[in-house]
Amino acid sequence: MSDNTLLTFAFMDPPFESERTVTFFRLLDAALEKNASVRVFAYEGAVALAFARQQQHGNAVHGRDTGEEDHPLTREWIAALQQKAEQKGLSFEWINCGLCVDERGVNEVIDGCGRGGPPDLWRYASEALNTLTIGTR
Amino acid sequence: MKVLQVIDQAFRTTTEEQDDTILWLTQSMRGAGGDLMVLLSGHGVYYAVARQRQPALAVAGWQQSQPANVPRDIANLVESGVPVYAVQDDLEERGLAHLALQNGVQPVSRRAIADLYEQADQIWQW
Repeated sequence: MSDNTLLTFAFMDPPFESERTVTFFRLLDAALEKNASVRVFAYEGAVALAFARQQQHGNAVHGRDTGEEDHPLTREWIAALQQKAEQKGLSFEWINCGLCVDERGVNEVIDGCGRGGPPDLWRYASEALNTLTIGTR
Repeated sequence: MKVLQVIDQAFRTTTEEQDDTILWLTQSMRGAGGDLMVLLSGHGVYYAVARQRQPALAVAGWQQSQPANVPRDIANLVESGVPVYAVQDDLEERGLAHLALQNGVQPVSRRAIADLYEQADQIWQW
């Protein structure tokens, strides 16, 4: 893959519901690893992936407090991908579908994630080598 | 760039969103100048023969006022110049082949899908 490859991803699943979410993030990581810049259009439940108020919690069943449990948060995965892209001199863009954000009330997102709509997906896809869409099942 | 939207899941959150989210996405991108086609496959072929608006949901004292209207959304796509295809084999497997397709929806055999894919620059499988 050339160094200037740009890939677009459209994703629909929310956090903490499906293994597709994990696979999606691993694909983003793999794309960056192969020196591809990445653009993400988060649609429907996926807009909650960047929600800034996600919080870790303890787990009594596991016998661990909040710090020990160190629960994964998708907002931290996004931040890690942003940091990795920056370190490699790649771009990593993330746009949430604004209407999807509004109906879920997840307006507060981490830095580097924006708000947009379908025209942004079209623009992302038009400029990309290819687009991978992962719908909810 | 031309994109083929492949919709093989029907009635996914149509009650809450009051539309099919991929049909909505397609209409919106078409409005932004996108060049798109739609292929209804699998359970998605139900949309090709739908005639009625979705029944309104009632929960306790809450009553839905704007239920999804898939036939209208399909018609809007066709009228806006988006070709809409339905897989004939999938219609037959579901016992829907005897029903008339909505105006403008074109049947396509499973064997011809590859030709349809060749017409697009990107295939978006939802």
